Amino acid sequence: MIAGISIYEILTVTSILFFIGVYGFLTRKNLISILMSIELILNASVINFVVINKYLYPDMLQGVIFSIFIIAVAAAETALAVAIIINLYRQIASVEVKDTEIMKY
Amino acid sequence: MERYIFYILAVLLIVSAIAAVSSKKMLRSVIYLLFTLCGIAGIYFLIDYNFLAAIQLTVYAGGIIVLIIFSVILVHHIEMELEVAKLSKKLLVGAACALGLGVFLATIYAHDFKVVENFNTTTTEQIGLKLLSYEAGGFILPFELISVLLLASMIGAIVIAKGKKLVKSEKSNVESIQKNNN
Repeated sequence: MIAGISIYEILTVTSILFFIGVYGFLTRKNLISILMSIELILNASVINFVVINKYLYPDMLQGVIFSIFIIAVAAAETALAVAIIINLYRQIASVEVKDTEIMKY
Repeated sequence: MERYIFYILAVLLIVSAIAAVSSKKMLRSVIYLLFTLCGIAGIYFLIDYNFLAAIQLTVYAGGIIVLIIFSVILVHHIEMELEVAKLSKKLLVGAACALGLGVFLATIYAHDFKVVENFNTTTTEQIGLKLLSYEAGGFILPFELISVLLLASMIGAIVIAKGKKLVKSEKSNVESIQKNNN
């Protein structure tokens, strides 16, 4: 644990990060920006897993291992999303949300 | 000392996250996201999970950011300005997020966490043994599942991104040629 820092301060920072991600998810109109906001949200939750593991259950490893799994799933999700965005750009020449009406492969 | 490093990291995280969701230039906001991810790796270093920090730097800062930059450059003109939401919508969403943040913080500060004072260091060996352990509480099955998921998403990404090139225009060309012939 970090000397002199309580768990409350770290959880405050991660909550702020989470809500910045939610704000970006709701206000952005571009598919790639939305993807970036999702990354922010996922990262905030991963820090929560790690910090709670370290502060409350220091002998366990579950939090670390779950965060490794979350990072792996996030990487897979990003690869698929980028593939979908590039395919969409080929078909309708735009990645704005308002132009996206077809979702058929 | 660690205290000040944490505060510096926290300010860096929040400022660059705000910049990432509000910057008008696409590529700049990706770079701000990169700063955020590096700050998160710094937090992992501070709470002594070196392996996780290394994963964060390689997978996120090295892999995902490069992938997003690739897609930005393929899809946009490099200095393209983004369309921004209306001010009323921004204010509304900002108020909703502030409300949600208030609820979160009230819940967190009302809860009494039973913190265990410790300065253990988790080695990579422990994480690897736990991941590959067959015994109760081991993580061998999810580990294998994740490997299958990564393979499936890799194949899926290739199949989706390969696509058929401009099917529509070819078809319309063929149709117009047939019409001309008729």
